[in-house]
Amino acid sequence: MKFGVIQFPGSNCDYDCFYALNDVFKVEVEYIWHKQTDIKGYDGIFLPGGFTYGDYLRVGAIARFSPVMSVVIDYAAAGGLVLGICNGFQILTEAGLLPGALMRNNSLHFICKYTYLKVENNQIPHTYSCKSGQVLKVPIAHGDGNYYIDEHGLSLLIKNNQIVLRYCEENGEVTPKANPNGAVDNIAAICNKEGNVLGMMPHPERCVEDCLGSSDGKYIFNSILNFIKNSKVKL
Amino acid sequence: MKSFEQEKFWKKWNLTPKEYQKIKEYLQREPNEVELGMYSVMWSEHCSYKNSKPLLKLFPNSAEWVLQGPGENAGIIDIGDDQIIAMKIESHNHPSAIEPFQGAATGIGGIVRDIFAMGARPIALLDSLRFGDFNHPQTQYLYKGVIDGISFYGNCIGVPTVGGETVFSPSYQENILVNVMCVGLARKNDILRAIAKGEGNSVILIGAKTGRDGIGGASFASTELNETSDEDRPAVQIGDPFSEKLLIEACLELRGLDYVVGLQDCGAAGLTSSLCEMASRGDSGLDIELSEVPKREEGMNPFEIMLSESQERMIVVIKKGKEKKIKNIFDKWGLDSAVIGKVTNDGKFTIRDKGEIIADIPAKSLADGVPVCHRKGKRPNILDSVNRLDLSEISQPNDYNQALLQVLGSPNMISKEQIYENYDYMVRNNTVLLPGDDAAILRIKGTKKAIALTTDGNGRYCYLDPLIGGKIAVAEAARNLSCKGSLPRAVTDCLNFGNPEKETIYWQLEESIKGISEACRVLQTPVISGNVSLYNESKGEAIYPTPVIGMVGIIEDYHHICSMAFKNHDDLIVLLGENKEELGGSEYLKVIHHLEKGMPPQIDLLKEQAVQKVCREAIKKELISSAHDCSEGGLAIALAESCIKGKKGAEIDIEGKIRNDALLFGESQSRIILSINPKNLSSLQEIADKYQVPLLLLGYVQGEKLKINRLINIKVSQLEKVWRGTK
Repeated sequence: MKFGVIQFPGSNCDYDCFYALNDVFKVEVEYIWHKQTDIKGYDGIFLPGGFTYGDYLRVGAIARFSPVMSVVIDYAAAGGLVLGICNGFQILTEAGLLPGALMRNNSLHFICKYTYLKVENNQIPHTYSCKSGQVLKVPIAHGDGNYYIDEHGLSLLIKNNQIVLRYCEENGEVTPKANPNGAVDNIAAICNKEGNVLGMMPHPERCVEDCLGSSDGKYIFNSILNFIKNSKVKL
Repeated sequence: MKSFEQEKFWKKWNLTPKEYQKIKEYLQREPNEVELGMYSVMWSEHCSYKNSKPLLKLFPNSAEWVLQGPGENAGIIDIGDDQIIAMKIESHNHPSAIEPFQGAATGIGGIVRDIFAMGARPIALLDSLRFGDFNHPQTQYLYKGVIDGISFYGNCIGVPTVGGETVFSPSYQENILVNVMCVGLARKNDILRAIAKGEGNSVILIGAKTGRDGIGGASFASTELNETSDEDRPAVQIGDPFSEKLLIEACLELRGLDYVVGLQDCGAAGLTSSLCEMASRGDSGLDIELSEVPKREEGMNPFEIMLSESQERMIVVIKKGKEKKIKNIFDKWGLDSAVIGKVTNDGKFTIRDKGEIIADIPAKSLADGVPVCHRKGKRPNILDSVNRLDLSEISQPNDYNQALLQVLGSPNMISKEQIYENYDYMVRNNTVLLPGDDAAILRIKGTKKAIALTTDGNGRYCYLDPLIGGKIAVAEAARNLSCKGSLPRAVTDCLNFGNPEKETIYWQLEESIKGISEACRVLQTPVISGNVSLYNESKGEAIYPTPVIGMVGIIEDYHHICSMAFKNHDDLIVLLGENKEELGGSEYLKVIHHLEKGMPPQIDLLKEQAVQKVCREAIKKELISSAHDCSEGGLAIALAESCIKGKKGAEIDIEGKIRNDALLFGESQSRIILSINPKNLSSLQEIADKYQVPLLLLGYVQGEKLKINRLINIKVSQLEKVWRGTK
């Protein structure tokens, strides 16, 4: 099993993703420089968090023109497993791999804190080992996590079961109070129709060890690892 | 070369007649305009420490574990396993007062560059901030600007902001303080030095292009602010954190390359200071060609190029012939790199523009040649009345519940969550104790070790008595670290004071430094780096003397740490240390009685050390459930915080030998509140006896209320609302 973590100029959670995969989950992982145009041989591609191109112009708007993104699009179209975290999620929406957009938090401030997430869809590789309705404690750290999609788009997301995680209270109740950034329908993570591309604002790679205050991020990583292990056909 | 003895000109550059004479001696002729400008910035207090140098010598700065003391970009300590910690604190007060967002942002940029210039990966930032009266509209503007600036820059570069302090006092109304501490980690072999040597070696400027921003920033930072300071806005630099992030990664690729001779940040006084300091350290000279400097704008003259404080630039000196290799590294990261000159062996700092010599100065005279000012201090007379505090004239509150809520909800005591939530304090996956406790803790990956970090400094104490205030700043920082189970190891200090040319200010500086030095000696925390920010005054009014102590401590095993939160019902609550009748300089006196008077609490450094030893040993032996430093706000506030953090009540019964307000809110030093499983009490007692530290049983973790004697009876949920400012 081998994963790739893309390094864009300004990525800053690339190392954390790499560390989680390599040191905590003990699987093979390599960095992929953003100018690379060959990403064959990977079982999954991570787009890490950070401030690619300083968030200049618009979050993710420049990174999506990096040479690697055209091959990521092909990789996703072929059914390859992709996970975009935070800025990675923003790049995926800019690249058109996921619908909607991420706007400035409604507080207009960057927010770093633990949030609770309700697993709304456990039928995709990234949440494969989670229970439906399970509550995960995972931190956020973003200034632009306010997910927006128009009403029609939202109805399609719901219809296709593309909402994967919602911000909730500790007990799993999805409330306006639990929504840290103003995201439509408390959306924290969505996938594409096919379910092989997931974008999420919270950082699972930051909570994979007990000493860091939560290890619920393991559910996401283990889901991916278990899914790949159990899928007979390599994606 | 054009002669330039124009009184107006050197006055404009804040040089004294004596300094001007000295320059002529060094040069054996009149300086020209560019040379004069270079001397002016290099001989400013900000770059030369000419006023503070004789006093800074008092600091202890060596120990077996200190690998680099003051004199480089940052200090370094050995933490074992072939690893080192580099750290430094720096002020960006003046720029932040004029333009809070960019001032604070570029303050981070500068200190971070100091750390990776040493070859260390920056792993943590802490901000020590002082603002004016909380309710003043200007304070709100400055405060928000500074927080946003830190958030903007620190988050983008991927270095977690894990701690700091924010204090409001009218004393800082016109002169806010923005001190930033950065901590880095490296392997011993990766340490780089900021040195230029080896005749013929190449000098390469890397990073951002040079523009007209920040010209004369160092001189600007070494004068008092006045009504026209807003006009100095061009002296404030503009930050680009994205470039900084690329610069960090590119420069860290230089580690371990045998052809890299030296690496240096281009900070205050721009190319002038970075180049002449490198040359001076290497006993070398430099021959620089300005037409090779990549510029952001057309038509910049030599003067502007040499003094520009454009951000996100570094100087690297490499062995001749390896220029292409360096270029490849920086090209990969999309950064400019240009060979701008070479190392010589004549000790001269020679600047050329298309071959023509523009400046020709002995490098050492520029870097280290400033005539040092030996000044004399004088205790301000006003302290006679300020230090007088007759407690019999202070009425005690009728309602202590109300008093506690009022102190707890005051701007300096409330939770700083609203601030630190703006900062990414988790990136890089090391933060095992999050902000909001006595200190932040970061584990060191690949080992069991962790480091604990804090900043501390109480301006009011230092105003009332700078000697005691200086000692307490160090003692409290060390106590914060010990409370978390870590052994205090080293200090980086930022000395924020008024105009040292005034006798009373100089006295404050001298006394504070004596106090810090003594405490550092006793607590074995040498000062390994630091920064001096003087002239923090406007309209003749200086800030409270505010030395800020940044401290690092080592934890052998990060499983043996302790947070402040009460953990278990029925745990005993005990106090290490003694409650004394001391109310001078307390938050209580300020918030309830609107007085900033009296003497600060007394401190006995040997007792302090003993208390800390007991706490560390108890944590290491896993005897205790929580530990919290008892400081500003006193016992009642410390107990309230442990209750709130643990979402548990406490029932406290203390024999009152002293006034009730002093018991609850007095700020006696050398006290730590612990909670402990009753079965461990005898073991704790043994340790306390060994170090002759008084152990006082206060009560139990119990219920949902904080109850103290018959004075306090409040639900923890209510305390929490007030503390979080959501009442």
